[in-house]
Amino acid sequence: MNLKRIYAIIIRQLFLLRKNFTRFVNIFLWIALDVILWGFITQYLNNVSKAEFSFVPAILGAVILWGFLVRVQQGVILSFFEDMWSQNFLNLFASPIKTTEYILGLIGASIITSVAGLSFITVIASVAFNYNLLAIGLPLLLFLLVMFIFGLALGIITISFTLRFGPAGEWLAWIFPFLLGPLSGIIYPISILPNILQIISKIIPPSYVFEGLREIVFKKTFSPELLITGALIAFIYLFLSYLIFVYTFKIVKRKGLLARFSSEG
Amino acid sequence: MDSILEVKNLSKKYDDLVAVDNISFQIKPGEIVGLLGPNGAGKTTTISILMGILEASSGEILVSGQNLATQRSEIMTRVNFAAVYAQLPGNMTVYQNLYFFGLLYSVSNLKNRISEIAAAFNLKEFLHTKCGLLSSGENTRVTLAKALLNSPNLLLLDEPTASLDPSSAHLIREQIINYAKEQNAAILWTSHNMHEVEAVCNRVLFLSRGKILLEGDPKNLPQQHHKNNLEELFIAVAREPLSFELS
Repeated sequence: MNLKRIYAIIIRQLFLLRKNFTRFVNIFLWIALDVILWGFITQYLNNVSKAEFSFVPAILGAVILWGFLVRVQQGVILSFFEDMWSQNFLNLFASPIKTTEYILGLIGASIITSVAGLSFITVIASVAFNYNLLAIGLPLLLFLLVMFIFGLALGIITISFTLRFGPAGEWLAWIFPFLLGPLSGIIYPISILPNILQIISKIIPPSYVFEGLREIVFKKTFSPELLITGALIAFIYLFLSYLIFVYTFKIVKRKGLLARFSSEG
Repeated sequence: MDSILEVKNLSKKYDDLVAVDNISFQIKPGEIVGLLGPNGAGKTTTISILMGILEASSGEILVSGQNLATQRSEIMTRVNFAAVYAQLPGNMTVYQNLYFFGLLYSVSNLKNRISEIAAAFNLKEFLHTKCGLLSSGENTRVTLAKALLNSPNLLLLDEPTASLDPSSAHLIREQIINYAKEQNAAILWTSHNMHEVEAVCNRVLFLSRGKILLEGDPKNLPQQHHKNNLEELFIAVAREPLSFELS
């Protein structure tokens, strides 16, 4: 393992972010828009409903956690896509870099952009909607960790698909969060889903995180069981995603797809 | 002296297509070997395998005695390449690109090395310009600067002067010849410019349909095959490979 090579992947992403307004804004804009939209919706729900609880912590907290997961996934894929868009795979993979170092570099870049995005929306939620995410305390950190690990796994799986199917497979990268969102029980409990979809929900880590978050908000109790189950499944996904990437990379090298990657579009 | 590059019985097959067919060759320190052949002969496939981005179907590649299949990462710190089809990312400046690749190749004293290599390739005035804004000739110089950044002892060059004007191409050829001499580096060079090959290469390998058909000194090889020059020989090999295969 060579730390310089991991650092290279991270610093490259920072070079691209520096002095580039559109890339920089991308880290904050979408997630901030989501929080603002859902912030207003929760305020409206509070006004029209006679509920004895506030919708803000239940919905806005979940939206922030989901937004964080999406930022983590996109942090991984955007670093990878920079190499794809600039047709840099030959130069990159003909260098001494190992697949593990490349993946760790992508993760490093994702940590920086996702934590920056999370910090920004935490401030927005606090200032605009008087919602203090940090009030959840230690469980919040643990839930974030589960979302982070699953976001990484999603990112690594999506770049494996793109590596295998070429630039034409890029759309797959953007669709994953939309596919998983309805099954993750972000806003509603998964018990309202049809039985078949509930089975799928049970193998998606965020569904445990959001259930745990609702327990904290509504019942004022923290369920370690939900957290541990979610974390275990997330780690399994991360491990599997790494294996998928390594296997895909081998196939790509055997078929010569790296050398003619741009023609796969 | 022992070879820097030793290729033994290398083959690459895609289903029924044989892109590289059981080729073997060596390159010694300080030697520049030209890999010639018509389009589709297997030159780029061979170079891609040597770069470690394409897996061989069979055969063995040794770089300074180390096996590429098992020690790729370690070997690649002493190998580099430049190809006309592999320019550096246009959204980063020349300096950022050289810094990024310097880190990947674990170049020591990186900032000094960048300054040195930028001066050697006349890139100092462009260091803080994005590569996407440079002319194709300037980009080729940046690619070559990246290729020499880690002072490789094996350099793979796939048509390195293809987009350069004659004067720049001449200067680049001089630089690479001097580099091979001074650093005792082995260089594998592909080109379709036969005058360039005659001027630069100590030895050439003619590849056709994945096989090495001819090998020898580019200055003597044409006469040995009753041709006036290397270009005539190239055309003959490209058009009638079977006659060379039989001989």
